[in-house]
Parts: sequence; C-alpha cells; structure tokens
Amino acid sequence: MIGYALEIAQAALALLLAPGLVGLVRWLKARLQNRRGAPVWQPYWELTKLFQKEVVVSSNASWLFRAAPFIVFSSTVAVTFLVPILVVPLPFDGVGDLLVVVYLLLLGTFFLALAGLDPGSPFGGMGASREMTVAALAEPTVALAIFALALSAGSTNLGQIVARTMTSPGASLSPGHLLAFGALFIVTLAETGRLPIDNPATHLELTMIHEAMVLEYSGRYLALIEWAAGLKLLIFFSLLGNLFIPWGVSVGLTPATLAVAVASLLVKLVVLAGTVAVLETRIAKLRLFRVPELLSVSFVLALLAVTSSFLLR
Amino acid sequence: MAIAYCLLTVLLAAHPIGAVAALAGRGPVGRGLVAGCGLSGALASFGLGVVCLGTGLVPTFDAAFLPLTGLALRVDGLSAFFLVVIGVVGAAVTVYGFGYSAAYEGRYSMRLLGAMLNVLLLSLNVQVMADNALTFLAAWEAMSLSAYTMVLTEHDRPGTVRAAHWYIALTHAGFAALTAMFLLLSAGDLTTSFASMRSAILSPGTRDAAFVLALLGFGTKAGIAPLHVWLPMAHPVAPSHVSALMSGVVIKMGVYGLLRVTIDLLAGGPAWWGGLVLAVGTVSALLGVLYALMEHDLKRLLAYHSVENIGIIFMGIGAGLMFQTYGLVALATLGVVSGLYHTINHACFKALLFLGAGAVLHATGTRNMEEMGGLIKRMPRTALFFLIGACAIAGLPPLNGFASEWLVFQALLGGSAIPQPEVAVIMPIAVAMLALTSGLAAACFVKAFGITFLAIPRSREAELAHEAPRSMQAGMATLAVACVGLGLAPFAVVPMLGSSLVGFGGVAPAEMAFALALPLRVPGASGQMSMPLLALGLVLLTALVPLALRILGADRRLRVGDTWGCGRIGQTARMEYTATAFAEPLRRIFAELYRPTRDLSIDFHPASRYFVQSIEYRSEIHPWIERLLYDRPLHALHHAATWVRRLQGGSLHLYLFYLTLAFLALLTAARWWR
Repeated sequence: MIGYALEIAQAALALLLAPGLVGLVRWLKARLQNRRGAPVWQPYWELTKLFQKEVVVSSNASWLFRAAPFIVFSSTVAVTFLVPILVVPLPFDGVGDLLVVVYLLLLGTFFLALAGLDPGSPFGGMGASREMTVAALAEPTVALAIFALALSAGSTNLGQIVARTMTSPGASLSPGHLLAFGALFIVTLAETGRLPIDNPATHLELTMIHEAMVLEYSGRYLALIEWAAGLKLLIFFSLLGNLFIPWGVSVGLTPATLAVAVASLLVKLVVLAGTVAVLETRIAKLRLFRVPELLSVSFVLALLAVTSSFLLR
Repeated sequence: MAIAYCLLTVLLAAHPIGAVAALAGRGPVGRGLVAGCGLSGALASFGLGVVCLGTGLVPTFDAAFLPLTGLALRVDGLSAFFLVVIGVVGAAVTVYGFGYSAAYEGRYSMRLLGAMLNVLLLSLNVQVMADNALTFLAAWEAMSLSAYTMVLTEHDRPGTVRAAHWYIALTHAGFAALTAMFLLLSAGDLTTSFASMRSAILSPGTRDAAFVLALLGFGTKAGIAPLHVWLPMAHPVAPSHVSALMSGVVIKMGVYGLLRVTIDLLAGGPAWWGGLVLAVGTVSALLGVLYALMEHDLKRLLAYHSVENIGIIFMGIGAGLMFQTYGLVALATLGVVSGLYHTINHACFKALLFLGAGAVLHATGTRNMEEMGGLIKRMPRTALFFLIGACAIAGLPPLNGFASEWLVFQALLGGSAIPQPEVAVIMPIAVAMLALTSGLAAACFVKAFGITFLAIPRSREAELAHEAPRSMQAGMATLAVACVGLGLAPFAVVPMLGSSLVGFGGVAPAEMAFALALPLRVPGASGQMSMPLLALGLVLLTALVPLALRILGADRRLRVGDTWGCGRIGQTARMEYTATAFAEPLRRIFAELYRPTRDLSIDFHPASRYFVQSIEYRSEIHPWIERLLYDRPLHALHHAATWVRRLQGGSLHLYLFYLTLAFLALLTAARWWR
C-alpha cells in the first residue's frame, strides 16, 4: 500500500518540481549571460495566470485540438509513475519498461503535432513537421541506449537497471555506460527542445520547432502543454541522473533514505540544469538541416556504447 | 471435432455459393448475397481458427472429403492462427464491400467483383489448411488470379492495367520459385503430404536451395524489398475493400508460407537463414516507410506501409530463426510469436486504414491528399476510425501496434544471448533501424491523418464530402475494436500464439507455457509490461485532469476566433501546410536515397525582374534502386521477346510443325529419363 502512496507522491513531486526546473534553467542562463533574469518561480506564476485566462480556439480546429493537451499531459504524467525518481523498486515497475516510457512520450508528441496541423496555420504545420522529423531521428539513439543499458542490467525495466547499477558501482564507469550517457544527453536536448536543436526562448516563428507547433494554444490548454514540457525535461533529467548515477535513490522506505533520495534528486537536477544552462550560453542554435548531423553523432555514440558493452561483457 | 467439421463445411460451402450467387444476382440483392455468403464464410473460418487454437485440435480432412482427388486439408496451430486473421479481416471487408461497391453499380462488372471476392476468400482458407504441395499451389494460384481480376476492376483508369501487369508478372515469377521449391522438397511428386516432406532427409545443399526459393517466392507475395515493386502499384488501384484484403491478408500468405516451410517442413536451418530474413526485413521496413513519407496518394502511402510492416514481421521471424539455430528456445519462440502477433495486428490496422481511405475516396473522389483536408468535421466517424488505425500503425501505446513492436524489440534485445559476438552484433543495428522505422512511421501518419482530415478543405470535393454509409462504418468499426482489443490483451494473445507453435521442430513446445499474469512476462524477453494497466492509467489520467481543472477553478471560458496569421485578413486553404511541405525536411535529410528531380521555372514581368508573374515548381521522386534492379532485366526480357517473336510466322502449318516437334521432344525426354 505504501508503495502506491509513494508512486502518487513521486508523481506529485515531479509535477510540483517541473515548472521550477524550467525556471531554474532560465535563471541560471540569465545569470551566465550577465542578466538579472526572472526568479526561479516565475513559471509557477505563468501557469497560474494561464489557468485563469480564457481559451481562444481557431474556428478551423476540431475536437482533436481540444483533446490533445489532455492527452499530452496525461501521457507525460503517466511516465512519471514508471520512472524511478525517488524509490526503487516501485509497484508499477512491471507496468512499463524503458520502451514504454519512450513510446508514451511519442504518443504525446504525435497528438501535439496533429494539433499543430489542425488550425490550418502554416506555423503549426511547420512546427509539426520539424518536431516529428527530430523525434523520428532521435528514436534510434534512444533504442540503442536502451539496448546498452539492458545489456548490462539484463532487463529493460527501469527499477532493475537502477538496482543493478547500484550493486555493481564499477558498471557506471564502464565505457558502454559513459558513451550511452553522452548519446542520451544529446537526445535529451533534442526531445525537450533545447539549444542547439530548438530554441525555447525564441519568438521568431521561422526558427522555432516546439513553440511554432503550439502557437495556436492559449489559456488552460497552453498551461497544460507548458507544464507537460517542463515535466518532460524533468523526466529526461531524472533518467540521466538515476539510470547512470543511481546513488541516492532510495531502496528502502525509511524516512532517512527518502530524505537522502529527495536531496540527491535535487542535486542531480541542479547539476544537469547548470550543464544545460552553460551549454545554451556557449553555443548557438544549429540550422535545421544540420540537426541530423548532431543526431547522427549521438547515434554513433550509442552504437559504440552497445558494441563496447558486447565486447567487454 | 464435430464442430470443427461443421464449421469447415460452412466455410467450404459459403464461398462457392457466394461466388455463384454473385454471378446470378444483380443490384442490392446481388451485393447482399455476396456480402452475406462472404460474411458467413469469414465467420466460419474465424470460428474454426478459434476452436482449433483454443482446444488444440488438429482436424485432418483427406481427399475423399472433396470431389477432387489430390487435395488434402489439415488445420494445425499455424493454420488456425491464419484462419483467425482471414476471418477477422474477411468479415469486416465483406460488410464494408456491400456499401462500397454500390458506387460501382452500372459502371463496372459487379458480378465478377463479387464472385472473385468469394473465390479469393475461399482460396486463402484452403491455402492455410493445405496439407500437400498440390493443394497449396492450386490455392496460391487461385488467390493470385482472383486478386488480379479484382485489381483490374477499374480497368479504364490510367495506371490500372500497368499495375495489374506488374502484379501478375511478379506473382508468377514467385509461383515458379515456389513450384521449384516444392519439387525439391517432395522429390518431384507434388501430391506428397507435408508429413512425409517433414520426415524426408535432404542434403544441406538442397535445403539451402529450397530456403532461398521459398524466400524468393514468398517474399514476392509478401512484398519485401526489392521484390515489392508491384505492391505500391497494385494495391492502390484495386477497389478499397479489396486493397484492404490484399494488404491485410493476401500478403500475409507470404509470411504463412515462409513459416510453414522454414520452421515446419525444414524445421530450421543454419544461422544465415535467419540472418537473411532479418536483413531483408530491416531493409524493407526502412525503405517502405521512407518511400511512404514521400507519397501524396493516400492509398499508395498505405501500400508502402505494408512493405514496412511486412519488414517488421520478417525481423521478428528472422530473429526467431537465428535464435533457433543457436538452440535458444525461449528466444526463438519469442521471435516467431512477435512476428505472428504483428501479422494479425497489421492485418487489422492496415485493413482498417485502407477501408478508411476507401471511405475518403468514396466521399471526395480523389486519392490525392493535397486535395483533402477538414474531413474530420464532414466524416467524424471515419476520421475517428482512421485515427485509431493511424495510432496503431505508428506503434503508440496502448494500441495493438505497440504491443507487437514491443515484442519484436524484446526479441531483438535478446540478441546478446547469441554466443558468437560477430553474429550478435547484427541485433543492435536491427534494433536501431526498427526504432527509426517506427519514429518515421509516426511522422508519416501525422502527415496522413493531419493533411487528410484536419484544418480547411483544400478542394470543393473535400468541402462537400459526406460520411460513409452504415455498412462501411460497420466494417471499419469491427477492425477498430479489434485493434483496441488486440492491444489490451497481449496477456491472452501471446500464450495463444505460443500454443499455435506447439509441435513444430523449429521452436520447441516445452517452454511455451506462458504465464497468464497481467504484467506480460514472456520467457526470453528481458523486460515486462502490462498493456491493460497502461491503458487504464492513461484513461484515468485523461479523465482526471479535466476534473481536477474544474475543481481547482481553472477558467472554462472558450472563444472561437480566427487562426493567427501575422495580421493577414481571411485565411484560405492555400495558406495551409501541404503534405509535400510536411515531408520536406525528411526529403532533404534522405536526399541521397530519394534523389528528387526539381524543376523550377519563374515567369518574370517583362518590365522588371522584381515582379514575378508565375512560379512553377515540380518535384518528382523516382525510386532509383528499383530502376537499377529492374530496368536492365526488363530490357533484356523485351529483347528476348522480340527475338522469340520471329518464331511466330502466322502460318498454321508452321505451328503444327512446332507442336509435333515439341511433342516428340517430350516423348523422347520422358523415355530417356526413365
């Protein structure tokens, strides 16, 4: 019973932290660029305000446009029940493995892209087309990184991967793990719409991917989509943090280990947010047709990860 | 056993009656008879399959059962599974056909169409039950010819006759390969039962030759690259319910045949068999989806996706065959089961999508996606059914496409168990290609659904579109329910598929007792998941979020306004994103594969180059790989045919002379052979 309570607590924590994480990256980036920047909790105010505004829907749009935000949001929230954010093993560990996580996120992207096409605006179509292109090209890297992890852990289920890496600490420094981490990091940038693939801060329509796709959304629908995007960032960060560097994740259910788990999660999120902020300050956005090159780099990293896991087994 | 015989009798009676009735009846009565007989036959084959799978019966029917000698029928697990596939799709297609073919009344031969539909269904059933080579080949040929006749239904449309020619030529090349293969396996006597073929001891060379011939023959029918060229031509031009049957079931006969020969008659082989099947599967999957992305013809797009999905099926089967060589029984079973699961899933969602495309064609009169749009408001039910099919084929949870792709992934992930690292290293590449394929398929179906059904109509026909008649909706609804059901119930389907493989030499039966627990724990798979719980969670969350918003007092006002357009007044359909534009990024990325030809001509105003009068842009993609492979042999064939034509003197005496000569040569050969 306590397991289920923990599941819900974990999902609630993820929902609560997600806007803050987005705010943190923005704030760190601003500080690095010698700006004062909005406070970390700015996204919470934005969400609150969006929930209180009325929705404007295009007259061309169908029911799909109104359903998509809920599908995107709920599929992302569903993922937080499967990903080990604080505790392993979770009762829902057998409900879905890493492949399920990846395809649940793809489900959200699929409906968001359809919703981008629905109002008939060229911006939405452009965003949808680009988003699906990037998502499709990131897919093989994700699959290979899963392969590399499954190879050393003997399972694609997240709880097992975490547990196995904890019992053999040397594994997390093996070349296979390191390369897979690099590959998955690039994919994280692509999937969550960060620089150098997409610019989350731009308002120049022609350079946007994700932002162009959701251009027609407003009010509570936009709030749900923004929240889901923040949640997706948190999910990818905690996958990177907990699959490759699992220390701190609670195995037992004592209050002390749980406190350590929360603290280590916060540390990991801050470190990763800092890395992304530094990266986004240092590099410029890639031209759209240079993105495949970056993604093929991540693909090669992942392939090397699997091969080295094979050979060093 | 008695019920099995009853169902078989119904099955073998309904379709011939339907065929005869079609030739006699006209109008709605004729269509009703065709659909009624087809439906009862399909339900009988579904029932027979379920009974045999459920009870583990293996009914055998010898030649005396039928008036023709030499025919033998037997229903084992594999046949039963394919009977279920034929039954599900056949039932939906016949019901749909009742409404769909109404538009053909008075324009095309309804008698031929109805008769051939029943002949096709009969031949499919006989084929999967065949217990000797003669029965199998006869049914195979009946299937090919009846499908050919139906492809030709709209013979006066451009491209139809050419497509039918390609189809019949390649399918007969495949038939020749299959005949040679069965002659090898049966040592020259085609009436030898499959049982004696199983026990025959063949030299490794003969076995290899038989395998290659089987892969060629069955691969042509299944549409694996590079033997797929006929498929994207023939499937779109057939009437839509026939396209659904062809893409859903007929190409699956290639899968059935390959399994029958490799895991049953030959009972497995060296590792390169599986490796070859896996490799052609991977190439087909990727090529299929890449060409589908560039297609604007809705039905051609779906046809290319058939190539892709057959590729995925072959990947599962190929992995299974490889594991079987290395004695990894659980993984071998997992591989073949994943291929079979994807077979029935693809049958359901591809047939559903073709029926949906048929409804769109019925309503708008065009297959060109660039002339559609906004259909979700004009035909909401068709749109919903098509959306379910699109999500399923894109491999999105919690629908059936995801369930089987997950199993294929698990089978491929098991590749690390192969003791030889140089062989095992194929598997991660296959995993990556499968992931790329499914990602691209998702992109392609965003395009297919988004451009066809969403936003503003791009033509007057699309604007005036109407919902499909009830019978067509019923056909689509059946398959949509099947897609959802197959997605929710892998815990029941997988053990059933496992039990259908009991008794084959290729995959051992001992390990086949799958746990019927809710989380799907498959022997050999390195992960586990639960589709029902996943679906339940998604539905609960999607229902809870709006409820929570209401309770927490989020604003519920909603205003309908114009689409934002940088200040422009009035939006027209020409401002929308097109299918071509949607696929443009991928076309650039894979430019080397597509090698598109571009043709841009701009008309300037005579006074100044700053004023453009008109811009014409044309871009085409010719699959150059196909040209590379087919152009030369076709040229040579044409050459040879021109040369042979010289023999055709036109004189009866000359022909008599040829006949005599041929007869004497045959007699001498027969004498000398002995």
